[in-house]
Parts: sequence; structure tokens; C-alpha cells
Amino acid sequence: MERGAHTNPLPDPPPQAGEGTQLLCPPHYCIVPQCAFERGDISMTDDIAIRVRNVAHQFGEEGEARHVRALSDTSLDVKRGELLCLIGPSGCGKSTLLNMMGGLLAPTSGAVEVAGKPVRGPLPSDIAFVFQENALFPWNTVRENILLGMLFQGVPKAEREERAQRSLAAVGLADFAEHYPAQLSGGMRQRAALARALSLETGILLMDEPFGALDEQTRMVLGEDLSVLLSRAKKTIVFVTHSLGEAVFLADRVAVFSARPGTIKQVIAVDEPHPRKPAFMTSDKFTALRNQLYALLHDEIRKAMAEAASGAA
Amino acid sequence: MASRRDKRDKWASRAVQAGFLVALALAWYLATTRWGVSHLLLPNPLRVLQQLGDILRSGEFVGDLRITLTELAAAFAISATSGVTVGYLLSRSPYLVRVFEPLLAGVYAVPIILFLPLYVLFFGLGPASKIALGATISFFPIVLNTLAGFAHVERTFVAAARSMGASDYHLFRYVLLPAALPVILTGLRMGFTVALLSIIGSETIASLAGLGHRIVNLAESMEMPRMFAYIAFVVVIAALLNTIVSTIEARWTRER
Repeated sequence: MERGAHTNPLPDPPPQAGEGTQLLCPPHYCIVPQCAFERGDISMTDDIAIRVRNVAHQFGEEGEARHVRALSDTSLDVKRGELLCLIGPSGCGKSTLLNMMGGLLAPTSGAVEVAGKPVRGPLPSDIAFVFQENALFPWNTVRENILLGMLFQGVPKAEREERAQRSLAAVGLADFAEHYPAQLSGGMRQRAALARALSLETGILLMDEPFGALDEQTRMVLGEDLSVLLSRAKKTIVFVTHSLGEAVFLADRVAVFSARPGTIKQVIAVDEPHPRKPAFMTSDKFTALRNQLYALLHDEIRKAMAEAASGAA
Repeated sequence: MASRRDKRDKWASRAVQAGFLVALALAWYLATTRWGVSHLLLPNPLRVLQQLGDILRSGEFVGDLRITLTELAAAFAISATSGVTVGYLLSRSPYLVRVFEPLLAGVYAVPIILFLPLYVLFFGLGPASKIALGATISFFPIVLNTLAGFAHVERTFVAAARSMGASDYHLFRYVLLPAALPVILTGLRMGFTVALLSIIGSETIASLAGLGHRIVNLAESMEMPRMFAYIAFVVVIAALLNTIVSTIEARWTRER
């Protein structure tokens, strides 16, 4: 096959660090099923949705063979209503941080606060997750998956059906309610997972590389749809991604992680209103931001790869 | 929702299967009438058929069939309840899974039929020793599959359910159980099959009654056509039981 050089005016994509997409949920992750609040002294003017204070996380104990320092001394504020992207090399702890925000994982030290209250376990009424893939229950239809989420969350039975219809319509899957996940394409499965999260009507949405397993074209279209959806929904969103383009296209701010043990190296603002149009992707502003991100990440990815290589030796 | 073409293919393979059985019966017939195979080793299939008719008409088989099926039902009831319960309880702790999964798999590989003399010593020549042996042998595939089914549920399913607020009951009823069910059902089907095998097998070795016992008795008194008739009868019963169990498994797995 001929690959004409003239067909590709864009620079080569940046090297991607090796895939490390396992769910960072060791057996000891929080099993407190309901929210565990201690005290509530929040001011109504507080516009910080999630406050991360000096959190660190390590898997295994010091000195053990499996000991990994995933995240070290990280602080971050997620503003109400913004879309914040976490980007960084594989194993930098960005998914770990996301799981800690959602109460699926307890930090080794430091604290996470949602609406001014410390997170001690999952907060189903405040936070919904969208995972990378395979988080829909394959033995249920799309509709049943959505209804089940609301049953878990405690939505009254009478409301569930209507909310399911609405969230399916919002992601354009109204005609696929009775399909099983295996009968859908990867992109449609992620739409269904998003519909399940939307039906929970939480103020915060945590998305862990939701389009990571999809092909480039599908991600682009889903990204556009997500931008439209979010401009209407007014949700606070934290979005983990590997893709520079996705981060710039979707985010209001992008937090760039350093290599393991990860911490936030810099936060970049993307000043562009939602919903974003495909034309934004070809603008000079987009390219400049993407290059800035790439420059920040490049050294970290090299470091992460070197560490992975020495770890494997 | 099978298409016409699928249906035609299905019928074609059914026809080949039937043709194969007819050819086998024909070869059997020719071997006894034309090719001079001793009637003591291989009786004429027509005489076997005649004996089978006699067995069915006289109802002579009822007593032995009842004993064998009762043993099977008792053994399977014991191994299914204990296997599923023990498997589920062990699966709750990663430590216990690590310890017991290889241990049980190791014991599963031992030919437990070797312990039949011991079981006869403990439980006598009657049905009790067959039930104990059948229950022991079928316990292992059931407990191992149940353990594997519950212990290896996709982590993301559990995390997703917890993040949406699932209680322990929700998690079991809507996530763990449906995720593990197909694997457990496979274990139950395997357990049922080995229980049947080991019960009929042990009846042929040391017993007072049952279909296996009847077959050995006939062999010892050289009543070959009648023995073959009983073998054919047991084959049909076993095939029938396995079809029923497989159908149940397939239906449950599909309906989830």
C-alpha cells in the first residue's frame, strides 16, 4: 500500500506510553456502600466541587515486591461546572486519583472533599462514574442496566422508567433500549454507559478514559456529542484521557501529571466556550495548546517508559 | 430466529448422524450373520431388540432403574448443595481462594473411584456407598466452578455497582450471581454427568441392585442378548438425562 507523504500534513502523533488500563481497585478499596459524611460546614458560595488535599497513594507496603507509589502529594481543586481533564503517562496515578475522588479507593494519606465533606466511600447521590469499557452488565439489556443503576442509587420506582427514556434519548440510543451490550458497537456501549451515569442525575461525573478503547473517528464524534451534552447539563466533570487532542477539545482545564510517582505538574486553561465545534480542532489556538501539552508530557512519558523498562528487567 | 439456511444445515447434520448410526447397526448385523463373529461376544442385534422389547413389556427394569435414579438424585442433591455453598463461602476471601482452589483442583485430578472399596466398607454394599461415592466425585467440579464463578467476577462490574450505591444484597443479587451463574451451571452439569458415571460404574463393581448390577449379573450368566439390551437401555436413559440437564443449562444461561 502506498502511503503518500502529502496525505498527512499533521506531525506524527506523540509516542504513547505502554497501555496500563487495569482498574486500580485493589481488594481493600472502600466497601462502605453509602456516603459517610462527618460534618457539614460549607458556605453556599463555595464554588469548589471537589477538593483534593495532599493525597498520596501506594499499593502494597514499603519493602514489598509489589509496592508501587502511584501518587505522591497531590492537591487539586475542581470547580463547580467545569470539565477538568487529567492527562499523563501510563501509571502516573491519574485513574487512582479519579477513583479516590469517587470514593472507590482510600488515599494512603491526605484527603478528598466533595461539597466540603470528606469522602469515605462511594457517594452515589453526588458522583456517577463512566469507566473505560465493559462496565455495563452484559446479562442485562441497555434499559435494564440503566434501571438497575437507579435501583442501586435508590430512585423511586415510579421515576426510573421515565428517567431511563430521557437519558437514552439524550445520548441518541432510544431505539436500542432492548439491546444487550454485546449487540452494540464499542461507541454505542459507551453511549449507553454515559446514559446510565446521566440517569443518576448527579452533580459530578467522573470518566475514566471513557473513549480509550474506541477508534479515532468514533472518539471524535463522541467527543463532539459530549461537548454538546455537557453545555446543557451543567455538570462538574473529571475526565481521564491519554489523548492530547481529546483533552484540549473537551476540557476547560487540563491537569498534566508527571511520571510515577505521579503528581500534578501543571494545570492549563482552555478558554473556549462549550459546545465546541469541529472547527475548533483545526484552529491555531487548538494546535498551540496541543503542542504546549505535548511539550509538557514528552519528558514525562520518556521517564515513565524508562522506569517501566528498568522495572521489567 | 434461526434462518432457513441454518435450519437446512441442522437437518443435514442430523441426517448424517442418523445415517452413521444406521451404518453402525448394519455393520453389527452383518458381523453376526455373515462375518462369523461369535454370538457370545456379539449377539445378533435383532435378538437384542427382541430382548429389549421383552424387558420393557415385562417392566422388569423398573426396580433397578428406580434404585439407580434414587442414588443419582441423592448424590447430586448432596454434591450440588454442598458444592455451591462451599464454593460461594470460599470465594468471599481472596486468601481462601488462593489456598483452596489449587488444593481442590489437585484432589479433583485423583481417581476417587479408587476409594470405592473403602466406601463399601464404611457404607455397605447397598445404595449408601453409591450415593457417597457419587456425591464425593461430583462435589469437585461443582465446588471448583462455583468458586471460579464467584471469585473471578470482573472488577469493573463490582466497582460500577458500588459507585452507584449497591448494597451487599444488591451486589450479590444483581451482579455476582448473574455473573457467576453460567459457570456454576456448567459445574452442575459436569457434576451430574460424573455422578451418573460413577454410580453406574460402582454398581458394576460392588452392589446388590441397580442397572449396573443387573448388567454384570447378565454378563456372568452369559445372557449376552439381554445384557446388550440393558446396555442399550442405560445408554438411552443416560442420553435422555444429559439432554434434559443440558437443556436446562442452556435455557437458564440464555434467559439471564
